[in-house]
Amino acid sequence: MKYLGSISAIVSKDVLHELKSREIVVSMLLFSVLTVVVFSFIFEPGSQFKNEVVGGILWMSFVFAGILGLNKSMMSEVTGGNFSALLLAPVDRSAIFFGKAISNFLFIAMVEIFTIPLFMVLYNVNIFAYGAMPVVIFFLGTYGFAILGTLFSIISVNTRTREVMLPLLLLPIIVPVILSSVQALNIYILGHDPADAVKWMQLLAGFDAIFTVVVFAVFDFIVED
Amino acid sequence: MKLQKPLDIAAIVLIIAALYMAFMFAPVERMMGAVQKIFYFHVASAWIAFFAFFITFVFSILFLVKQNFLFDDIAESSAEIGIMFCTIVLITGPIWARPIWGVWWTWDPRLTTTTILWFIYAGYIMLRKFIEEADKRAKFAAAIGIIGFIDVPIVFFSIRWWRTIHPNVVQKGGGGLHPDMLKAMLFAIFAFSVLYAAMMLKRVRIASLSRRIDAIGENNG
Repeated sequence: MKYLGSISAIVSKDVLHELKSREIVVSMLLFSVLTVVVFSFIFEPGSQFKNEVVGGILWMSFVFAGILGLNKSMMSEVTGGNFSALLLAPVDRSAIFFGKAISNFLFIAMVEIFTIPLFMVLYNVNIFAYGAMPVVIFFLGTYGFAILGTLFSIISVNTRTREVMLPLLLLPIIVPVILSSVQALNIYILGHDPADAVKWMQLLAGFDAIFTVVVFAVFDFIVED
Repeated sequence: MKLQKPLDIAAIVLIIAALYMAFMFAPVERMMGAVQKIFYFHVASAWIAFFAFFITFVFSILFLVKQNFLFDDIAESSAEIGIMFCTIVLITGPIWARPIWGVWWTWDPRLTTTTILWFIYAGYIMLRKFIEEADKRAKFAAAIGIIGFIDVPIVFFSIRWWRTIHPNVVQKGGGGLHPDMLKAMLFAIFAFSVLYAAMMLKRVRIASLSRRIDAIGENNG
């Protein structure tokens, strides 16, 4: 119970801070919508191949905006010395990590909630034409991104180059997340057999489960000093 | 360091012997011709690259548990040597693929996974250069060494679901391979393993020496 209490304390701190400053979500949202718009220049308007690439564009906008937000979120923890203070607190360190991961997840989810309708209007596609299953893809994909992204942003802000390291470390590792999220989403956009999408979602769920355990096991070791 | 010299000599002799095995002993492939010869060193390099990253994985875990910096040196050295062999794989592959498949590159699972692998460990090595404190550097690098290696099979399976065309010579028990070709391949793997051991010994020594120099610098500065 104490563990969950620590997690929710971190999350509510982050949400409160974000409600006050609105720095992270607003900059991420602007960036993700901008990515969606700029990527429209890669094909002719109304091209028939459009539907095969738009799912990828949507995920890329989340990934790029997510990297921006993760860096911002962790930089504000480190610059004020707050992160070191949190680590001194007499609570389980992994609770601090999962608190940060959940707040990052919420921020990215917030961005997705606003970007997806705009995306559907701009590209004239209906992701939810075959039901609400794509919500599961967004949930699993974003969780996988947030959990590793949070860990790597902690590592990245501790380097000499600060935010430069995050995409270099994160992108190759989350290839399975990007690939399965895009493939699963494409199945719904193109109206293919939903059974194939379930296979991709299982892979996503497996990825999320494995790395939740791995990060839980590793985090305590890498931050202690 | 008595082991260093014999290992160096053994590596040189064995690599020359592996060249002999590949070019003289193994028969010329009927369909592909001489270009198939690259296969022996390609497979051996791939094997060493994966093995080297596995060593980085094991010693990253050991470092986190035991906090012994020798393990960090080993993990670092193995990642560096691994990425060199990984680069050899990524260069020799297209040289073979161009005449056989007609293209330099294709998004096959093994090619793509090897490329992703290369990027993961390029990130690992870059990360190490950008952290000053030895303690932090070792811990963060260990996290990447562990997560990166666990990620590799997941990357592979996800890409395999996506597409596949790489020749499966090894998985079918050497199916289409002439027995002499198999011997040449196994010999090349053995020779490269000795080369890896010789390079590791040198690289770990350099790592621990530079750690000592840093320690002296800190004491005097």
